[in-house]
Amino acid sequence: MSANNDSIQKTLIVAVLLCLVCAIIVAGAAVSLKPLQVANKVEDKKKNVLAAAGMLQPGVSVEEQFKKITTRIVNLEEGRFATEAELAEIKAAGLDPQKYDQRKASKTPELSKPLSGDEDPASIKRMEKYAEIYMIENNGEIEKIILPIHGYGLWSTLYGFIALKGDMDTIVGLGFYSHAETPGLGGEVDNPSWKAIWEGKEVYDDSGDVAIKVVKGPAEPGNPYQVDGLSGATLTSRGVSSLVRFWVSDRAFGSLLTKLKEQGA
Amino acid sequence: MSQIKTVLTEPLFSKNPIAVQILGICSALAVTTSLQVTLVMCLALTSVTALSNTGIALIRNHIPNNIRIIVQMTIIASLVIVVDQVLKAFAYEISKQLSVFVGLIITNCIVMGRAEAFAMKNGPVLSFFDGIGNGLGYSVVLITVAVIRELFGAGKLLGFEILPLVTDGGWYQSNGLLLLPPSAFFIIGGFIWVLRTWKKDQIEESEFKILPNTEHSGGH
Repeated sequence: MSANNDSIQKTLIVAVLLCLVCAIIVAGAAVSLKPLQVANKVEDKKKNVLAAAGMLQPGVSVEEQFKKITTRIVNLEEGRFATEAELAEIKAAGLDPQKYDQRKASKTPELSKPLSGDEDPASIKRMEKYAEIYMIENNGEIEKIILPIHGYGLWSTLYGFIALKGDMDTIVGLGFYSHAETPGLGGEVDNPSWKAIWEGKEVYDDSGDVAIKVVKGPAEPGNPYQVDGLSGATLTSRGVSSLVRFWVSDRAFGSLLTKLKEQGA
Repeated sequence: MSQIKTVLTEPLFSKNPIAVQILGICSALAVTTSLQVTLVMCLALTSVTALSNTGIALIRNHIPNNIRIIVQMTIIASLVIVVDQVLKAFAYEISKQLSVFVGLIITNCIVMGRAEAFAMKNGPVLSFFDGIGNGLGYSVVLITVAVIRELFGAGKLLGFEILPLVTDGGWYQSNGLLLLPPSAFFIIGGFIWVLRTWKKDQIEESEFKILPNTEHSGGH
């Protein structure tokens, strides 16, 4: 190591050159691998839709399995499927309705509106106008409907899906594909046995009000509206409870579900 | 040639980075619940150590002494980001399970330790093999831990059922403790014990001796 390595000039030159080279390597890798990563994310999302509906078969290509599913864009304010004009509006805001990115839409001012305190039990801050939903149809009747849901837990926003039966009430499955809750505590939202509790529970009570709830501790046996809380994860459980309740309420998918129940697809 | 062989094989047992130098323990606890994830982590760490060693050895004569640590960190961090991107592109599921631990390779003491202790003083070829060797030394321990944890904790290896679990109608009652982080401590401790029984020169001298009780002690 020669002494002049420590001169100010040399130090600066080495630092700048090193940063430049490293920046090029990192940027090169990030840009060239981007398409593959995006494809992985899309496939992962489809996989999660299938998993929430309890239809994911290992060994069969996700692409193939997803063919049974119809994807529709929904106008959340009006509770109906989006019209052509509305799809054009999404396009005008710079999003592709074919590959609708709901997370991006909720950050786009034209496609979302801010929520104030008591309108926002799931702490999502901005609510998108349109959502992408998935349906499995059988002879013109909806067999299952899969809705994207998200909301704040303890540390992070949880993103996931909830699948309902054709009666728009009974839960088929629920799953989160992206969150950063404490592993082993709040992270247990991924636990298959906890997710299995949701199956068969009912979202609305007889008068049509949202009744589903994650309770603290074990649920009352036989109560179709209660789900066991996660032990050691009160805040995550509460977050999941309020986000599910929010998304099935009339402020989100509620009115669409009512319409679909009355009229069918 | 013999030098390359030495730097490749020594870190496996004689100078194992985890067992002898007690470096890189944190990731050894976190990612060893399943063998598949562990293998990917080992691969990631080995490639980062080898490549960062090579890179640092190449420019070692030009690194100003007073910024050498930050230079090493920059190189290591860049390589870790590249590895993370590659994993996200080609092994998405596993990269999701490894989550932050790939990023934490940046702070893995083995990588820094080898850069500072070896690559700053040796040529790029030798440094490359030193990186591989230390990566393998890390892998030996991690794979041992992962095999024990996954086999006895979940009854599986690489996701294939070996010991059928009671919950699935088999006979094996899984040991849940093995899936929790403390179990990795016990297993690494056991590994070090076995290693030091085999290679007696690794036994460290005690730093101090506890004196025997004097006759009047305990009297008030």
